Amino acid sequence: MVTLHINGKDVQVDVDPATPLLWALRDNLNMTGTKFGCGATLCGACTVHINGEPVRSCTTPISAAAGQKITTIEAIEDDKVGKAVQQAWIRHDVPQCGYCQSGQVMSATALLKARKNPTDADIDAAMSGNLCRCGTYQRIRAAIKDAAQSLA
Amino acid sequence: MRSAELKKKSRRSFILGGLGVTGALIVGWGILPARQRLNASHPMPVENGEVALNGWIKIGSDGTVTVAMPSSEMGQGVHTALPMLVAEELDVPLAAVKIEQAPIDKIFGNVAVMQDSLPFHPDDNGIYKRTARWLTGKAARELGIMIVGGSSSIKDAWAPMRQAGATARAMLVAAAAAEWNVPAAQCLTDGGAVTHPSGKRAAYSELAAKAMSHAPSEIRVKSPSEFKLIGRSQPRRDAAAKVNGRAGFGLDVRLPGMVYAAVKMSPVIGGAVGKADGNAVRSMPGVLKVVDFSHAIRDKFGAGAGVAVIAKSFWQARQAAAALPVEWRQDEHAHFSSDDMFRELAQKLDSEEGDVYARHGDMEAGKAAAKTVRAEYRAPFLAHAAMEPINCTAQVKDGRVKLWVSTQAPSIAVDMAAKVAGVKADQVDLVVTYLGGGFGRRLETDMVAQAVAIAMEANGAPVQMIWTREDDMTHDVYRPAALARFSATLDAAGNVLTYDNKSAGGALMQQFLKRNLDLDPISIKYEVLRQPLPGMGPDKTTAEGEYDLCYEFPNQRIAHVIVPTPVPLGNWRSVGHSHNAFFKESFIDELAHAAGKDPVRFRRDLLKNRPRHLAVLNAAVDKAGKPAPGRAHGVALHQSFGSIVAEVAEVSVEDNEIRVHKVTCAVDCGIAVNPDGVAQQIESGVIFGLSAALFGEVTIKDGRVEQQNFHNYPLVRMQQAPQVDTVIIQSAEPPEGVGEPGTPPIAPAVANAVFALTGQRLRTLPLRLA
Repeated sequence: MVTLHINGKDVQVDVDPATPLLWALRDNLNMTGTKFGCGATLCGACTVHINGEPVRSCTTPISAAAGQKITTIEAIEDDKVGKAVQQAWIRHDVPQCGYCQSGQVMSATALLKARKNPTDADIDAAMSGNLCRCGTYQRIRAAIKDAAQSLA
Repeated sequence: MRSAELKKKSRRSFILGGLGVTGALIVGWGILPARQRLNASHPMPVENGEVALNGWIKIGSDGTVTVAMPSSEMGQGVHTALPMLVAEELDVPLAAVKIEQAPIDKIFGNVAVMQDSLPFHPDDNGIYKRTARWLTGKAARELGIMIVGGSSSIKDAWAPMRQAGATARAMLVAAAAAEWNVPAAQCLTDGGAVTHPSGKRAAYSELAAKAMSHAPSEIRVKSPSEFKLIGRSQPRRDAAAKVNGRAGFGLDVRLPGMVYAAVKMSPVIGGAVGKADGNAVRSMPGVLKVVDFSHAIRDKFGAGAGVAVIAKSFWQARQAAAALPVEWRQDEHAHFSSDDMFRELAQKLDSEEGDVYARHGDMEAGKAAAKTVRAEYRAPFLAHAAMEPINCTAQVKDGRVKLWVSTQAPSIAVDMAAKVAGVKADQVDLVVTYLGGGFGRRLETDMVAQAVAIAMEANGAPVQMIWTREDDMTHDVYRPAALARFSATLDAAGNVLTYDNKSAGGALMQQFLKRNLDLDPISIKYEVLRQPLPGMGPDKTTAEGEYDLCYEFPNQRIAHVIVPTPVPLGNWRSVGHSHNAFFKESFIDELAHAAGKDPVRFRRDLLKNRPRHLAVLNAAVDKAGKPAPGRAHGVALHQSFGSIVAEVAEVSVEDNEIRVHKVTCAVDCGIAVNPDGVAQQIESGVIFGLSAALFGEVTIKDGRVEQQNFHNYPLVRMQQAPQVDTVIIQSAEPPEGVGEPGTPPIAPAVANAVFALTGQRLRTLPLRLA
């Protein structure tokens, strides 16, 4: 039994401690907002926050996440920055198929928490790990800048 | 002998217009009455006082309008754009329109996609083309195949959904007029109510039940000048659910008692399971059962052979599948390699005439040429790599099948499930979820066949079968690899005398029909139709983008040689156009330089009789302006799925790497129903095509696909993504496709810019500098 602190609550999962956080979230806790894309830290669809840092949950075993503060897409609207990012995403019609967008929103929120006014280079660096097959990158970039303004 | 045999086989695999050819086409034409697309034989279910006014529309007691939605939302914005068509005709705010998955019914069968699969030139309006389209339309209505592909959703729904809205409106107006004892012509509609100048007003919800007895005699849809909603950008209706993790994709289905399955499929193309030792993994955590699903599906439907592990969670299933010892029988294609295949394509181009798609004039005219330009181009296999890995959830219980799947082909999915489970199609219930990308991959139903076969062994429990990214990358249906040769002659003034283009590659449509519809086109007596419809070629997708040129040459011949391949081939966003546009638009650029003309001017000269194409080219070039210092522009113009797109790529080369800074696009897609939706699709198409142009390559060695995941099948990332600007040409013509046409022009636009910048002509995809 591993205790995880997710979105402000302690929850227990009874699986092998080597299980990646992604699958504990999705299969054991039915929290499906965090997505499976590659299983190998290559696409960013599974991004969650651990202690505020963006982390790929597909390769993070729950044993390493235990005792840490985990935030997922399901609770990001309770965060002022997260909410601003989501609203900017909607204003810019960012999502197409939308599958990668949970991860994009999590990475962008972490970026804006670290840098209030990110430059293009900051955006490139922070978002380069999040693939979008629909190619919504320019709208993501615009939405991040817009969210930054709305928070200023 | 071998060559003759192959030739015969190639002829026998002649496919009239891809999906347009089916047995039903032959029995259907001329015998059956025209099928209307208004009233379904399976009406929409109604509850809580709802009234269904026709097969597409019901009105709720709270005034909500519910529209039957035949099209899957895979990012293309169709769940926003299609309700606009109904809202427009019904005069209700878009916010009052709700969507509900359409039942499986023939009125929702996609007619446009089949008509557009006929191999005619877009400008052709001759009797053969009109006859073929009419016949195919008739057959398509009888078949009622519900598919979302070929950039056709709006095109197909344009007439029936507006007619459904207009019919419902007329019925509501007639009900009000009868109630008020006034002429219907005096009544107006606005905001979900019928009004009369006398001040009378009745909400649709009050009128709906009475409207049922007022079948309209004449239906008039609005003319474009009357549109209030169509043509005005509307925000995406799915955006909110897609930023908070609540949008339900196939992978997000959660059901009581659900278990998970991971699969293990033959590493070698076409291989079968020899022996699988399930006992070796049965004691692993969570493992419930090991199932060999090959027998249920492989021989009959061609879906991948393999073994599944069912477990309590996917992670457990996947761990066990990885540990499961399987011996494969995979000798047949164990020596296949994509390098060998390219050598075979070259040999076939040397030895075969191919199927001629377009020919006019006299190629002997080239003898007087001042200059001859020859080139050979090449494009690799490509994987779809949609972000949502392939999956399907199925439950087989009490003689019924329930399916939850992110599919582009709802009615084919149902039929496939029924065939595998041995039940009737009406014993299959389907829930279509959001699609985490489709791009043609989810037109296939292999995941349905596998999931149903696995679920049949799960004692009635719902099973969610999930492929890993590696499963997806190595068991895709790939964009065909192709080789193309061009030879053109120019006179001393730089005018093109002759244009000769022959390409070779695999043909996907026959494979698609066999895999998904269990139709073998070879067995179809196409000869019946071949006679009245001369000029139709085999699988149109092989040569689309080459034969349907917008440029006019006095003498030309365009042919394609189909070279059968064991590699599973499928529809990849923009299909044949995806590589053929690269070949054609790069070679046009070569001709311009050979003629000593600016590539834009050279194209303009060839488009004298094509005002729409010329306007698109000029709009993109004007908007693009001049390149920044150190950068160059490359231009490409291409028509696909009815829409004309020009792209200007602004490119630099830094550290011997191609960098695309900006892409300026112009598109004529007829009426742009949701203009920002069109822009989104063009942006998306450009980035999708750019990934292929810069990185995309699937190679096969020893019968195995070498690419496994995004580390060796890279896609464009944030720092590589150019700004894409889109100009939409105003038009009153009916809407054409936009999901795909942004993709074909980008590779040649970039390659042409690279030539302008470096003098290197890159003729192989992906583009690699020397």
